Amino acid sequence: MALIIDYLVQGGQMLLILLLAPLLTGWVRTLKARLLRRRGPSLLQPYRDLIKLLRKEVVLAESASWLFRVAPYLIFAALWVAASLVPTFAGGLLFNWTADLIAIVALLGTARFFLALAGLDVGTSFGGIGSSREMMIASLAEPAMLMMVFTLSLLAGTTQLSAVAHFMLTAEVGLRVSLALALLALMMVAIAENARIPVDNPATHLELTMVHEAMVLEYSGRHLALIELAASLKLLLYLSLLACIFTPWGMAAAGDGWSAYLFGAAAYLAKLALGGFLLALFETSIAKMRVFRVDQFLSAALMLGLLGALLLFVSRSL
Amino acid sequence: MPFLFSLSMALLAVGVYAMTAARRAGCSRRVYSATLALSTVVLSAALAHLLTAPAPATLTLPIGLPWLGAHFRLDALSAFFLIVVNLGAAVASLFALGYGQHEQAPERVLPFYPAFLAGMNLVVLADDAFTFLFSWEFMSLSSWALVMAHHRESANVRAGYLYLVMACFGTLALLLAFGLLAGPQGGYDFATIRAGQTSPGLAAVVLLLALLGAGSKAGLVPLHVWLPLAHPAAPSHVSALMSGVMTKVAVYGFIRIVFDLLGEPVAWWWGGLVLALGGISAVLGVLYALMQHDLKRLLAYHTVENIGIIFIGLGLALTFQANQMYASAALALTAALFHVLNHSLFKSLLFLGTGAVLTATGERDMERLGGLIHPMPWTALAFLIGAAAISALPPLNGFVSEWLTFQAILLTPELPQWLLKFLAPAVGALLALSAALAAACFVKAFGITFLGRPRSPAAAQARETDRYSLSALFILAALCLLAGILPGLVVDGLAPVVGLLNGGAQLTAQHSQPWLTLAPVTEVKSSYNGLLVLLFMALSGVLAAVLIHRLASAAARRGPAWDCGFPDASPMTQYTAGSFAQPIRRVFGSVVFQARERVTMPPPGDGRPAKLEVKMRDPVWDAGYAPIAAAVIAVSTRFNHLQYLTIRRYLSLVFGALVLLLLGMALWR
Repeated sequence: MALIIDYLVQGGQMLLILLLAPLLTGWVRTLKARLLRRRGPSLLQPYRDLIKLLRKEVVLAESASWLFRVAPYLIFAALWVAASLVPTFAGGLLFNWTADLIAIVALLGTARFFLALAGLDVGTSFGGIGSSREMMIASLAEPAMLMMVFTLSLLAGTTQLSAVAHFMLTAEVGLRVSLALALLALMMVAIAENARIPVDNPATHLELTMVHEAMVLEYSGRHLALIELAASLKLLLYLSLLACIFTPWGMAAAGDGWSAYLFGAAAYLAKLALGGFLLALFETSIAKMRVFRVDQFLSAALMLGLLGALLLFVSRSL
Repeated sequence: MPFLFSLSMALLAVGVYAMTAARRAGCSRRVYSATLALSTVVLSAALAHLLTAPAPATLTLPIGLPWLGAHFRLDALSAFFLIVVNLGAAVASLFALGYGQHEQAPERVLPFYPAFLAGMNLVVLADDAFTFLFSWEFMSLSSWALVMAHHRESANVRAGYLYLVMACFGTLALLLAFGLLAGPQGGYDFATIRAGQTSPGLAAVVLLLALLGAGSKAGLVPLHVWLPLAHPAAPSHVSALMSGVMTKVAVYGFIRIVFDLLGEPVAWWWGGLVLALGGISAVLGVLYALMQHDLKRLLAYHTVENIGIIFIGLGLALTFQANQMYASAALALTAALFHVLNHSLFKSLLFLGTGAVLTATGERDMERLGGLIHPMPWTALAFLIGAAAISALPPLNGFVSEWLTFQAILLTPELPQWLLKFLAPAVGALLALSAALAAACFVKAFGITFLGRPRSPAAAQARETDRYSLSALFILAALCLLAGILPGLVVDGLAPVVGLLNGGAQLTAQHSQPWLTLAPVTEVKSSYNGLLVLLFMALSGVLAAVLIHRLASAAARRGPAWDCGFPDASPMTQYTAGSFAQPIRRVFGSVVFQARERVTMPPPGDGRPAKLEVKMRDPVWDAGYAPIAAAVIAVSTRFNHLQYLTIRRYLSLVFGALVLLLLGMALWR
């Protein structure tokens, strides 16, 4: 019986993030519009877009191969699995030990690998530009993220996310320089990886500096829907990650019972709303940078991450 | 043991047969079938030995040096490397059953191929210094002959020359290492060496020499310069063996000398040196690879990266052992050995895939390929699996060994030395950087070669490769997946090897973990389950596909590419290998390779095309090799006039030299 409940909670969490992801995207879009004194689309607009796209037929380029058709499913699957492995309302769920933080970072890499290949598949110049820049960005963002993982696991003594979150709730954490550096690095990586301003602009299709949108330019119909959904999942994943590591308050532990789960879910929603608001505020208050500034932005993230890890190698109390 | 030795001899006999019959029709098929059969038998024998783990088997033959004889021994370490060697050899032979039919000069390949395999087997089995070095040289020379198979191309001649120089240098270093190990008594068999004691100073010199000798064969920076020239020059199945397997034999040499023969752990800073060299190799190797347009050369440079990752693991193990942290050393060693196996799998797969492309198009320059996924879907699928595996993407095998290496690095804060406390996270950052760059490198390799539209008529007219080659590719691809989703079984298989090298300490048995999870230290600390990741991914992907096709829409239509409204019919408008690497060249290459771009734009109205020139310098060659080569040339021109002396002067020269030597002797006494 307990096992069935465990399965149900785990399945519920997977469904929850799938359903929440477009809402988060809509939330950020609405907030951004409000901050620019526009009315903006409805919160539910991303759902409507997805449903519309799902119902449309797919127009495939003549030079598209089987990889182009398979890639959206692979990308979606990798991101969904990665996002489900991040604790949201409760830690220590049934399958949380399947992959640790390093594996989650690598799963994001799997999704990115296939997205970049899909960008190259049709053989257009825009696809190539997107893929090549995406891999350049990733070549700095991924190590920066792994350095952040190093910092955390040196502190918590584990790379398991649930255990990290649990450790962060204990009193021995306190305020630490290394954690602040890790937080900064993770936020910078999150901005770059989710193609947000100032690295990339999610709202444009026709700009020479676009990265993510250039890769998916040839996609249409259900394929595009899956990729858009995957992009929302990725944003949700990063916000959940930030919430789970740096603000784990309110998160339920395994087997805490329904009331704790409900409270955890409410806390999680509040954290997401706050995260989305901060993201929208940041995006509206800054201008986009040119592509060859991005490497400096991300090198800074990498250096911050490395510095955080080094501080911990020197002294556990920093 | 006599059985394994006779199998190696049988390989040599196949080589002799090929020498007499290479020109005859069907000879290539017979030779490759024979090597396939022999390798498979050795492979199963070695696998049986590793799994049952009996006492080491030995064999002494009255050949070789008269007072020494030839010693052979099969222990867990030899068995593991025999598996790596013969798995690669069997698959390469299977591939060559199809690929070898296209060989222009079979008489230059067939006799040396079995000899090369025999050489690698004998190195791994050798149990005295003489047999080891003899087999090592035999392996080097037979592979040199294979590099020179197409000797009319001037690039291959240069590659062969450089290879020969570096191989001689490496063997010299190993010779000196064994000389120091054997000591003044000259106990050259490994049992005597193992029983003897080496002073710490001597041990450090031996480690340095082993690093030079094995590192030059494995391709550790800065000794890697021959590798990207020589590996691509050979026929593709031999390239696969050289890059995927022979570099591992070199790693075996290093492990055998440093971990087994030296006995006592060396001082920690030598481990730090190995660690630093590994980290530098990993990043430099992948950066070199990213700058290449030649598919085979890209793969060869990328071997440097993987050797770097292996040496990171070995360096960590050395530092842990020096501090008596044997449990952590077991994890680092497991990671290194796992990566040895993994790299032999996916690097062979990728080289064989390149061979298939080469047969289909006659091209290995990526700028003239493209769109091969349409005529060669199966080759493309296998190559894609290899590319994803080498980029360390879950749920494939490359990720597992890098994950284990990361876990080993995370144990380094417990080391007492301050230098290592700074070095270990820096190497961790280098490893993370190399993993991310490897993904970029293989998006480029696969994307430019197989995706897009064909960039040359040869690429447009390609045909799918033969069944032998395809089965070889898919065996390797399946093994990449299997090792990725069942890593616990591989780790358990490696346990006796790790125990042998690590004073008995090894990782806990993994097969009893629930759901076959990999939890090298404890489950609380870190765990990874490739099987479940694959299962979840397959489930959610298939579920999404079925639901969408059932409930929403399954309609699809073909149309011209959109390309933001300006599609161009010319395949020349696609991204090329050079343009794909441009951002990374700009970010990393401008520092490491001093890459400079120059655009020549004709004035408006001028019909000439614009030009983009890129200049790059190889820092290692410029700083290390060019001065040495210049010095050698300068010295030899100085002494050149000695060649034109009169007989009188020669005689006085000889007399003078004799007097000097005698004087020296007298003073010495």
